Amino acid sequence: MKRGAILYGFVILIGIIFILRLFYLQILDNPYQISPIDNASIKRVYDYPERGYIFDRNGKLLVANEQSYDLMIIPREVKPLDTIEFCNLLNIDKAKFLKQFKKAANYSKRLPSVFIRQVSKDDYAYLQEKMHKYKGFYIQKRAIRNYPLKTAANVVGYISEVNEKRIKESNYYQQGELIGFQGVEKTYENYLRGVKGIKRIQKDRFNKEIGSYKNGKFDTLAIPGKDVTLTLDAVLQQYGDQLMNNKRGGIVAIEPTTGEILALVTAPTYDPNLMVGRIRSKNSVRLFGDTINRPMYDRGLQAQYPPGSPFKIITGLIGLQENVIDENTIFTCHHGYKYGRGGFMGCHDHASKVNLNFGIYTSCNAYFANTYRGIIEKYEQPRDGMNIWNKHVESFGLGNFLGYDLPVGSKGLIPDADYYDRWYPAKNWTATYTLSNAIGQGEVITTPIQLANMTAAVANRGYYYTPHIVKDVKGENIDKKFVTKHITTIDKKYFEPIVEGLFDVFEHPNGTAHSSRVEGIEICGKTGTAENYTKINGVRTKLTDHSIFIAFAPKDNPKIAIAVFVENGYWGSRWAGPIATLMIEKYLNGDTSREYLENRILNGSLLEEYDKQINDPEYRAEGKN
Amino acid sequence: MQREKTNIFTGVDGWLVLMFILLVFVGWINIYSASTSEDHFEILDFNSRYGKQLIWIGLSIPIIIIVLFIETRFYERFASIFYIVSILSLIGLFVVGKNINGATSWYALGSFTIQPAEFAKAFTALAVAKLLSDQAFTFKPFKNHIKAFFIIFLPALLITLQPDPGSALVYLSFFFIFYREGLPGYYFVVGFMGILIFLLTLKLGSIGVFPMTILIVVVVFLLLIIYLAVYNSTKLKKYWMQLTGVFIIASLFIFSVQFIFNNIFEQRHRDRFNIVLGKTTDTKEIGYNTDQAIKTITSGGFSGKGFLEGDRTQGDFVPEQDTDYIFSTVGEEWGFIGSVFVIILFSVFIIRIIQVAERQKSTFSRVYGYSIATIFLFHFTINIGMVIGLLPTIGIPLPFFSYGGSSLWGFTLLLFIFIRLDANRSFEW
Repeated sequence: MKRGAILYGFVILIGIIFILRLFYLQILDNPYQISPIDNASIKRVYDYPERGYIFDRNGKLLVANEQSYDLMIIPREVKPLDTIEFCNLLNIDKAKFLKQFKKAANYSKRLPSVFIRQVSKDDYAYLQEKMHKYKGFYIQKRAIRNYPLKTAANVVGYISEVNEKRIKESNYYQQGELIGFQGVEKTYENYLRGVKGIKRIQKDRFNKEIGSYKNGKFDTLAIPGKDVTLTLDAVLQQYGDQLMNNKRGGIVAIEPTTGEILALVTAPTYDPNLMVGRIRSKNSVRLFGDTINRPMYDRGLQAQYPPGSPFKIITGLIGLQENVIDENTIFTCHHGYKYGRGGFMGCHDHASKVNLNFGIYTSCNAYFANTYRGIIEKYEQPRDGMNIWNKHVESFGLGNFLGYDLPVGSKGLIPDADYYDRWYPAKNWTATYTLSNAIGQGEVITTPIQLANMTAAVANRGYYYTPHIVKDVKGENIDKKFVTKHITTIDKKYFEPIVEGLFDVFEHPNGTAHSSRVEGIEICGKTGTAENYTKINGVRTKLTDHSIFIAFAPKDNPKIAIAVFVENGYWGSRWAGPIATLMIEKYLNGDTSREYLENRILNGSLLEEYDKQINDPEYRAEGKN
Repeated sequence: MQREKTNIFTGVDGWLVLMFILLVFVGWINIYSASTSEDHFEILDFNSRYGKQLIWIGLSIPIIIIVLFIETRFYERFASIFYIVSILSLIGLFVVGKNINGATSWYALGSFTIQPAEFAKAFTALAVAKLLSDQAFTFKPFKNHIKAFFIIFLPALLITLQPDPGSALVYLSFFFIFYREGLPGYYFVVGFMGILIFLLTLKLGSIGVFPMTILIVVVVFLLLIIYLAVYNSTKLKKYWMQLTGVFIIASLFIFSVQFIFNNIFEQRHRDRFNIVLGKTTDTKEIGYNTDQAIKTITSGGFSGKGFLEGDRTQGDFVPEQDTDYIFSTVGEEWGFIGSVFVIILFSVFIIRIIQVAERQKSTFSRVYGYSIATIFLFHFTINIGMVIGLLPTIGIPLPFFSYGGSSLWGFTLLLFIFIRLDANRSFEW
């Protein structure tokens, strides 16, 4: 009897466990609950608004819409049909029909899935007449994107079908809907897409529609997407694309007085129309899969390079602010700068006895090495000097994401004392350990947009606005952070001598960009050449220097600030300088006057150099033996 | 000396019959709700599932009458023959069985199919009762353990090979009657520990190559040794070999768990375990049924949406809703009140079987009674436990509720043989 009695206990225990579980499920709050308006007897019908257009700053249409037609299926409602006729209508074979049907049925028998995506217009007209014969199928109109100017793919981004993860995170998106994936399409998704309207229709238990649910109390109207106007100048952008043809690198042009991005060129790039419609998935694989040219990588925002000589501007400004130098301070330079025991930073051929102005327009390494050392050594501890230096540099927006309204970017690097403490655990480092920072080599790393923004701050003589790509969203106020002035830690008066030096880069016969000067425009600029390395077959190999140029114009009341990087282009004055000045000329004058130079750049190619890096076992960086 | 009664209804336990009728009736109401559609809604539409179920219910009446008509002695005498016939019918499936949903579990006569495994339960219960009621039988000699195990494992094995492992698991419920009749308790301790270690090993995962559970076992073992060494060193001296043996076997078992799970289980089995252990939260594919069933039950709330008003039931949200997932219909349309009613009804039904079994004078009837009580309990626990998300997916029907003729007749047979045996108790002395 005793052993048998256990069974009573079991039955009662299990009964109690079940009742408690049901109490939790049916009485208490729990994650399995579903809202009553998500009731299965209510059919939801969506009304998709048209996605907003995207214009450039002058009202040129960059992104428009085009109608497309998706054939949708609700597997549960499909009645037996003449598959052969149906397949012929759609130009598919029976295997494809079965595959698509199975796929849809696996997803859900009662929710709509896409059966054939983006049916052509001709097929649509034909299908439209016959649709009534095929129960469970219907055609859904959808707008797809169209890019009439075929430019700025990296800026506008693209739209694509929303992925599972996003569907789970938000309660807005449904399977098969489109969402912005890159660029402005992504950051301004909520404005561009508008809000879809929802109609709820009550069904009875035989799945027949019996009218609107609660007289449409819960129905919502579609709100159309808003048009977005960019700060981009489409003409300048297209011109930049042409100049960068067959080269790798980036151009970023900013209007200094507002922080508006006028051009954001990355090369190589792609025609945004490739990422639309039925050809998208094929092209997407190809473009994302090109790990050598990396067309989907925005070099203007993401690529990190040592800034090289343009960084001397910052070194000079900090020197002035910290009273380490004034505009008359003179250093000597005998083909370089000697420091410590046997340390030597080479410099090119120019006269000795260097003052600030001369130091800038000839890009003298020794002058700025002296200045940098003075800054770091001004304080008792190199740590303090380094942190002061870091604070000044970061006030130009370097070493951080700038906060612009595009979804990608890189941070760059401006080292501080803690950074070197990690590198030298003994903490015995001094100014000379970090001397390369003076001339924008060493540890300093920047992105082209950071450099363009820095240039804008110099052009403004001490402040910048956060760079941004959207000028106006219809009916919305522009984000406050884009109209907030960021003031640098350098006093306004210290900018004038530096700006004079940058002007002489063009104007003085010995200036490093004298050959790129433009008649009638007062351009200030600075050449740069940055050393860079890569691993070839596991060996750290020096590549040909990057060609760098920053500039702004006109000198007083500047309208454009620009940074140009051309990967492995060697001297700054060879590629980047001409590109920068041509862009400035094009923007300010609407046309260019230097036909010979323009043709040299448009037709110039660095493909041979890039090819050699990969395929030539004898590869040597240009200028090195 | 036995004397047979004359009226077949004399001595029949009214409570059991009443509860049987209630279960079948409530079950059919829910099958009707789960299987009506725009094409089938007339009650006497015999092309529909609920219409067919009505036929099966009707046909169970002659089965009941035949079962009640047959003399008690007949069940005892022919228990072995019934058993052998049911074993042969299971073997026959491998020759002429019909494959439905991947398992060869059915004989087909035209569109009519019958599943012998549903009847094998009753006949195995008779065979077990016959063996255990033998005057000479006790669980003392080990060879009798083997005999008893053989009787239940043979049909279980044949059913596993169909393959229908869920239905085979039901045979484990016979272990209770073995225990009741004298099987040593250590089988349960070992079995329980085995299952516990198995689940814990999967749940807790491993650190490097060592499963978490092996660390726990080592710690427990060391604590035990220390405890014995300090308080009871004579016992330690006496049992150290057994202790070490247990430790080694436990360790080997733990190490083999991952291997068995990864290499012998099929992916669908792994998925089911992972869902219940909370290691995956997939609700789109593998966990779809259970997730939908739980949401459906939850949406019923306290008093339910009402008969035929459950939109998720009517909208076919839960696959297999009229068979294995029938309880979700109860939950949605009849709410907490209805669900609790069904649970209490089943509990009382099983308790009544135990009570009746306990009052039997003959071992044969008692053993048979306990066997069917545990079989009903097993189905009840596994099925509802699965539908409300407490147990992994094991597809076995809810007695008298789930759609299906074989299952209904099998359970009817199981119950009424017992009612027949019990009806005769006052005539035995």
